[in-house]
Amino acid sequence: MGQYDNRKTFAADDDSVVVIVGSGAGGGTLANALAQKGIDVVLLEAGGLHTAADFIADEWPSFNQIAWTDVRTASGPWQLATDFPKLPAWICKTVGGSSVHWAGASLRFQEHEFKAKSTYGDIDGANMLDWPITLDELAPWYDRAEKMLHVTRTNGLPGLPGNNNFNVMYAGAQKLGYSECSTGHMAINSVTKDGRPHCMQRGFCFQGCRFQAKWSTLYTEIPAALATGHAELRVRSHVAHIEHDEKGRASGVIYFDGEGKKQRQKARAVAVAGNSIESPRLLLNSASSLFPDGLANGSGQVGRNYMRHTTGSVFGEFPDPVEMYRGTVMAGIIQDEARHDPRRGFAAGYEFETISLGLAFTAAFLKPGAWGADFTSAIDQYRHMAGMWIVGEDLPQEDNRVTLNGDIKDAFGLPVADVWYADHVNDTAMRNHAFEQGSKLYDAVGAKRIHRTPPYPSTHNMGTCRMSEKPEDGVCNKHGQTHEVANLFISDGSQFTTSAAENPTLTIVSLALRQADYIADQINRRVI
Amino acid sequence: MSDIALSRRRFLVAGGGLLMGTLAASSGAIALLAPTRSWAVELAHFDTHQSQTLLQMCRVLYPHDTLDDAAYALVVKDLDVAADDEAVRALLIDGVADLDSASADTWLAADPATRLAQIESIEGTPFFSTVRSTAVVSLYSSALSYAHFGYPGPQGDAGYLHRGFNDLDWLPDPPDSASGPIPDDSRA
Repeated sequence: MGQYDNRKTFAADDDSVVVIVGSGAGGGTLANALAQKGIDVVLLEAGGLHTAADFIADEWPSFNQIAWTDVRTASGPWQLATDFPKLPAWICKTVGGSSVHWAGASLRFQEHEFKAKSTYGDIDGANMLDWPITLDELAPWYDRAEKMLHVTRTNGLPGLPGNNNFNVMYAGAQKLGYSECSTGHMAINSVTKDGRPHCMQRGFCFQGCRFQAKWSTLYTEIPAALATGHAELRVRSHVAHIEHDEKGRASGVIYFDGEGKKQRQKARAVAVAGNSIESPRLLLNSASSLFPDGLANGSGQVGRNYMRHTTGSVFGEFPDPVEMYRGTVMAGIIQDEARHDPRRGFAAGYEFETISLGLAFTAAFLKPGAWGADFTSAIDQYRHMAGMWIVGEDLPQEDNRVTLNGDIKDAFGLPVADVWYADHVNDTAMRNHAFEQGSKLYDAVGAKRIHRTPPYPSTHNMGTCRMSEKPEDGVCNKHGQTHEVANLFISDGSQFTTSAAENPTLTIVSLALRQADYIADQINRRVI
Repeated sequence: MSDIALSRRRFLVAGGGLLMGTLAASSGAIALLAPTRSWAVELAHFDTHQSQTLLQMCRVLYPHDTLDDAAYALVVKDLDVAADDEAVRALLIDGVADLDSASADTWLAADPATRLAQIESIEGTPFFSTVRSTAVVSLYSSALSYAHFGYPGPQGDAGYLHRGFNDLDWLPDPPDSASGPIPDDSRA
């Protein structure tokens, strides 16, 4: 029996199962954590199954294989709406979701980032809020997540060896006086462990890890869940609506199967983990007479407070070769700027992480829309380029939101998501500071020319169903349980109250592990 | 017989053209990939003049003096596929005609500075945007271009752990505390 074969299948009218929508870092982790406790799970994944053997070491062909390319629209004044109007996000539609594509950076949020409103204060135009959970409360699940993901520099695991791109970053960091620069905390095996080999420095982290050295639910949590006999995976199953009973409790989901046929799966509870664009879209598309503005949207906050991190990249051209494509994409990190220090002219902080793109994506993303001799002279220097990505905390704003596009429908006739976003003045100040520092860093090690690259389609999507202490401030409580529907859970980055300066996956996984314990407890106590 | 007639008819009706060339002696890396030095790309929707105009337009958009025409021909091939859509086909064929009618002779016959000025003048039009957005993907996503720019692409699939992932020699190596050990397979 193959590792993706279902040991057990559940009837469509079996209302004892927990239905999980999405098999990425949140949904895949939750599925396994529940199945390990003996709780029956039906895991619905909109994408198909592409295993590590299928991955393609070529950027555009890989993109067409695993990325979510169904239409979405980008609107608002952010540059992305001009550069990539049909591609607001670069995330995945495949078993394992965006955990196939992520680069592996695994950082805990900082204590003050859970208290954004208390720490940064009220900021004009921002919808500031503290998380209803603290770092201390989440710490035990961060511990578990770091063990589960084999995060480097935790639990006695060594760091990854730095590649050429890191070498340039490190040398520049020394010149600028930065003291927190290393190959970081990565969910990539630095040694062979638990049947998965160590990193082979292949690059192509974004295209799926051929060696399975990088953690992904695709080849860890999902096969483990199926092996328990308590989980069933249904691929190419696109959930259209969540249904509820007359008491307003979630009763099941309607989805389209691989043949485009409508199916209904009953449920005792539903967990939504479709990433922060599809999750609110699903709730909004599930409006009913009882929930006229969308399921669990009495506060009107579903889809709002969309965050995508304050990003941008700095690429430097050097006299000598770098060959940045060799080895891990996020090979190193600088954390000195991740602190909250308003003397810099903005609240919150940001990280620098190395980034590398292949030739194809360098051409597509270095300077979107550019052409002519100036642009091609940069591409001619491809082998001599080093790159860094900015990951900073962007502020929640009510009007930055995912809504249903009134004009465009998907293949199933469902309104697609529109993502409207405007940079806050704080975001812009932070990005400019980071561009300045990044440019100085590469200058200090002899860059001949520096490129300030605008944000890529968003890979970090957060906040559209946020956690809040009070129901009127958000969509779910500190367990991801929606305020209005007790057996409906948000299990992905949508539940983030604020975005913090760290890559979101480790926190998504930690919250999913914690949520699994909570759901099990609620089931045992017959609350749900 | 009918096959031949059909092909011939398609050739005449759809104006299917052929882009041909010979790899320049200087395109060393690319030449290594090719079984012969001559190449040809068959097109369903463009005649030879149209396809040559589109190819040269790509050279104006993304000029790399020593990158062989064969790499640019792949853009024209992808535009030809896009032209299966009638609206795109009309857009591209009309776009070429407009370039020609704005030229004294044909756009192809103009001098390089005039050609560039004409392309600058149509920036932002649907024709320009279609060609540019196709070119920036197709031109830089082929084995020919990977070879030209020295990017191994899929040849890197086995990993660089033992093939120079950390071979940069013009800066000091980071200390062990910031980096990490090379995994030792003999101890695995």
